[in-house]
Amino acid sequence: MSAAVAARSRTMLGFVAGLLFGAGLIAGGMTLPRNVLAFLDVSGLADGRWDGRLALVMGGAIGVFLPLWRLAKRRGSALLGGPLAVPDESPIDARLLGGAAIFGVGWGLGGYCPGPALVSLGAGLFDPSTLAAAGAFVAALIVGQRLAAATEPRIDEGSATTPPASSACAPDAPESAA
Amino acid sequence: MEISGFVAPLLGGALLGGAAGALLLGGGRVAGISGILAGAIAGARERGWRVAFLAGLVLAGVVGALVAPGAAAASPRPLGVVVVAGLLVGVGTRLGGGCTSGHGVCGLGRLSARSLAATLTFMGTGAAAAVVASKLLGGAS
Repeated sequence: MSAAVAARSRTMLGFVAGLLFGAGLIAGGMTLPRNVLAFLDVSGLADGRWDGRLALVMGGAIGVFLPLWRLAKRRGSALLGGPLAVPDESPIDARLLGGAAIFGVGWGLGGYCPGPALVSLGAGLFDPSTLAAAGAFVAALIVGQRLAAATEPRIDEGSATTPPASSACAPDAPESAA
Repeated sequence: MEISGFVAPLLGGALLGGAAGALLLGGGRVAGISGILAGAIAGARERGWRVAFLAGLVLAGVVGALVAPGAAAASPRPLGVVVVAGLLVGVGTRLGGGCTSGHGVCGLGRLSARSLAATLTFMGTGAAAAVVASKLLGGAS
C-alpha cells in the first residue's frame, strides 16, 4: 500500500485505539481521581480503606498487550507496513528515575495521569467541575512538558518529540525511525 | 469504592491493553499518552495518528459521560493542587520518557527493564505523595 494510504490507515487506527483506550480507562475506574487516590494512599492498608483494585487495570492491560506485542515482534513489522517503532532499551539513568519520581508525585497529588485527564476533558462537557479540574491539569501538563523539553540538548528538527531519554512511553521512537 | 467487584477493572484493563496492542501490531506505534500528547502539539512529523488518538480519548469521555453519568469526576483536590500536579506530571513524564500507559502498560508488557524501573519509581513516589497529601488535605480517600 502507498505511504499516503498507510498514513491514513494509521490515523484511523489511532482514532479507534484512542476511543477504546479511553473506554477501558472509564470501565476500569481510572477517570475517578478519588479511586486513583484511594489506590495510591497505602496508609489505608492499616485500617481497611485501601482499594487495590486499580492494580487489576494494569494487570488486565498487560495480560492482553503482552501476547499482541509478542505477535508483532514475531512478525517484525506492523500489519499496515513499516517497522515497529519501539524505543531502544537504553540504560536506566538518573533522568529516567528522576522523571518517573516527579511524575509519581504529581499523580499522587492530583489523582490524574495523562490519559484519564484527557478522557475527563471530554466528560467535562457535561460537568463544569470535571471540566475545570481536567482542563487545569491538562494545561499545566502541557506547560510542564514544554519546560522539561527546554532542558533537553537541542535537536534541530522536532526537538520537542525526540527527548534523549525516551523510553517505553516513547511515541518519539517513530520520529527517529522515520 | 464506586466500582463494585473486580470485573470492571479487569475488563477495563483488558480493553485498553487490547487498544494499545492493536496500535502496536497494526500501526507499529506505542500507545504512550504523554508522548503522544507532546508529539501532537509540537511534533514535526506523524501528527495525524497522534491527534486522532487524542481525539478518540476525549470522545470516549464524551460518550462515557452520556452513557454512564458519573463515569468521570473532578479531582477531590483543590484546583491549585491540581495545577501543581499537572506541572509535575508534565515535567516528570518528559524527563522520564513516559507515563502510566507507556511505561506501566506498554513498557511492562514488552518486559522492558527501563519501564519496570520507571513504574516501580512512580508507583512508589505516587503512593508517598498520596499518603502525605491525604493527611494534609484530607478527604481524598
